[in-house]
Amino acid sequence: MDWDWEYAIDSLPLLAEGMLVTIELTVLGALFAYLLGLVFAMIRRVGVPVLSQFVYLFVEFIRSTPLLIQVFAFYYLLQPAIGVKLSPFLTGVIMLGVHYATYTSEVYRAGIEAIPKGQWEAARALSIPRSRVWTGIILPQAVPRVLPALGNYTISMFKETPLLLAIGVVDVLNSAKEAGAETFRVIEPYTLAGVFFLLVSYPASILVRKLERRVGTV
Amino acid sequence: MSEPYSSPSSDVMIQFDRVVKKFGDHVVLRELDFSVKPGEFVTLIGPSGSGKTTILRLLMTLELVDGGTIQVGGEYLSHMERGGSLVPADERHLRTQRKRIGMVFQQFNLFPNMRVLQNVTEAPVRALGLSKAEAEQRARELLDMVGLSDKVDAHPTQLSGGQQQRVAIARALAMRPQVLLLDEVTSALDPELVAGVLSVLKEIARTTDITFLCVTHEMQFARDVSDRVMMFDQGQVIEDAPPDQLFTQPAHERTRSFLHAVIDRAV
Amino acid sequence: MSDNLGRIISTLLEGVPVTIQATLGGIALTIVLALIAGLALLSKSRTVRFFSRVYVEGFRGTSEMVQLFWLYFVLPALVGLQIVPLFAGVLVLGLNHGAYGAEIVRGAVQSVPKAQHEGAVALNLGPVDRMRRVILPQAVVEMLPPFNNLFIQLLKSTALLYFISAQEITQKGEELRPALPMGDLTVIYAVELIIYLLLAIAITIVMRALERAGARRLGRKPPPRRKVFSSATAGGV
Repeated sequence: MDWDWEYAIDSLPLLAEGMLVTIELTVLGALFAYLLGLVFAMIRRVGVPVLSQFVYLFVEFIRSTPLLIQVFAFYYLLQPAIGVKLSPFLTGVIMLGVHYATYTSEVYRAGIEAIPKGQWEAARALSIPRSRVWTGIILPQAVPRVLPALGNYTISMFKETPLLLAIGVVDVLNSAKEAGAETFRVIEPYTLAGVFFLLVSYPASILVRKLERRVGTV
Repeated sequence: MSEPYSSPSSDVMIQFDRVVKKFGDHVVLRELDFSVKPGEFVTLIGPSGSGKTTILRLLMTLELVDGGTIQVGGEYLSHMERGGSLVPADERHLRTQRKRIGMVFQQFNLFPNMRVLQNVTEAPVRALGLSKAEAEQRARELLDMVGLSDKVDAHPTQLSGGQQQRVAIARALAMRPQVLLLDEVTSALDPELVAGVLSVLKEIARTTDITFLCVTHEMQFARDVSDRVMMFDQGQVIEDAPPDQLFTQPAHERTRSFLHAVIDRAV
Repeated sequence: MSDNLGRIISTLLEGVPVTIQATLGGIALTIVLALIAGLALLSKSRTVRFFSRVYVEGFRGTSEMVQLFWLYFVLPALVGLQIVPLFAGVLVLGLNHGAYGAEIVRGAVQSVPKAQHEGAVALNLGPVDRMRRVILPQAVVEMLPPFNNLFIQLLKSTALLYFISAQEITQKGEELRPALPMGDLTVIYAVELIIYLLLAIAITIVMRALERAGARRLGRKPPPRRKVFSSATAGGV
């Protein structure tokens, strides 16, 4: 079986649709993960009783277990149990977001901890209101330094999206699978799917490394 | 390289011949010439950044020359002769040359993954091919000589700086070097630990015929043990004299002001 | 809970050996490839560096899922050789995580102070002895914490073997699912997740023990006892 350029080109439109879905999943999932992770980190930082411990256990549990099973559990068990029926796509966005929020929350935590104690003390000495300390002093210093780590996790998430084909999301790999099922030719679509991931994630990781050099890491 | 270089002679242990060393645009050594006789103890003094340590690092082949040649015991160090001309040495040639040279570092550089005894036996076993028993016997004798026979099973990190440096001296001696390079060996030590290290070195200098090249800020030590002291500035030897002469009647103004500064600091 | 409880648990447990085999096989291959490629990244030879860089970026840049599909579905079509699912899984897990591990090895070797290298040169140890006897023993201790995270990632990735029907835990659960009522699904997923959690904790316990042994060997204070949950460093994936 040899590489067939004509077939490869023919399968591109179908793959392109899948690529778009993969990118949508990544962007939406990442935004959700950035936000939810910040919520987790703040709850832990402020030390809300009970809730804080619960978040800790939740974060460690989610991080230590496979995303695929979490997706199954949410899709087949949790959604029927609470009486909702989300699309596979939306399920994917939510679970990517929740799973990666457990990573981003650690990134924020490290970023906040990297701020020297003297900054908090100086702010207190100047009687700056608590909310202003966060928005005016801590976050402006912490956010640039966490960007490379967030970038790395976003790239990881991007490469993990294909497992959502298990619940029927038609991403780039699933498109390749469909193309292969129709024609019994699998080399071209699967290879193109791999090339697509490489073409996005390699430049992205170079960008992250550049960013790392500029702002340092946490 | 076509220029002729002076031929090695047997009463010269170390011979620098028009040695040039640059780091980027910065010239550290400019056409440096000097020689050391077998068994001599020569101390290099001079302001920091004047290239003293670079000389030792060149001799240990941790750096390679950018021009000129170095000979040790009549053999080219970082060059080798091939087809009648001198070419940069390969790793094999360097390893043959390193056999005769040992170095003690400012920061000791003991291996933390080995206990004290193994720090001393490792190289004789691996690089000289001694049997483990021979190497251990040699190591125990040397550790006894530096006063650490009770520390053979300790971790380097459990020792004081002075003890670590004495292990490092034993480790270098275990290779039976003809030349021993001492690179500011007391600079990283707490003041009360300096004396112990220096007395060990004095004893070795007195009882062996090893050739020493020493960079130090310990002027009293330099005065006590050296056969010759070389004052070094801006990549050149500006004064070369026996210690009594150099310390009491420095010929050069730079030497005088340097000694003033160092001695003022010590008081 | 239901009468099916025993059957569910025993079926899921049938998948555990495959999951463990895939994990251990993947870890073994990861270690080997990470060491080879990591040291190759530091080679003096441009060619060697180039090929190891291609391996590392190639496997980090493409999705693990795509690699799995490629190896399992494309390779047979190319060379007419159908690979056993477990073997394909171990291969992909090892190749993928080995690429991440290579960067860990490279970083750890570079983190060993230059003075250690110079100390070894001054004692006339050859390049191989310098690396094997002096640099690597110290670098390995630095590698352990990031490798702990990497191995847990690898364990989680074994769930992807569901897609090639390797008969591991996830697949066993999904085979049970259609025939069971809602209430039993809770059992399936709870048991699955707990098994993975326990395996992750087991990996962490082993790695922490190695960390303590390594610290002792280097004469350092052993790292403080931490909770067994992994606390991955930021950007570690």
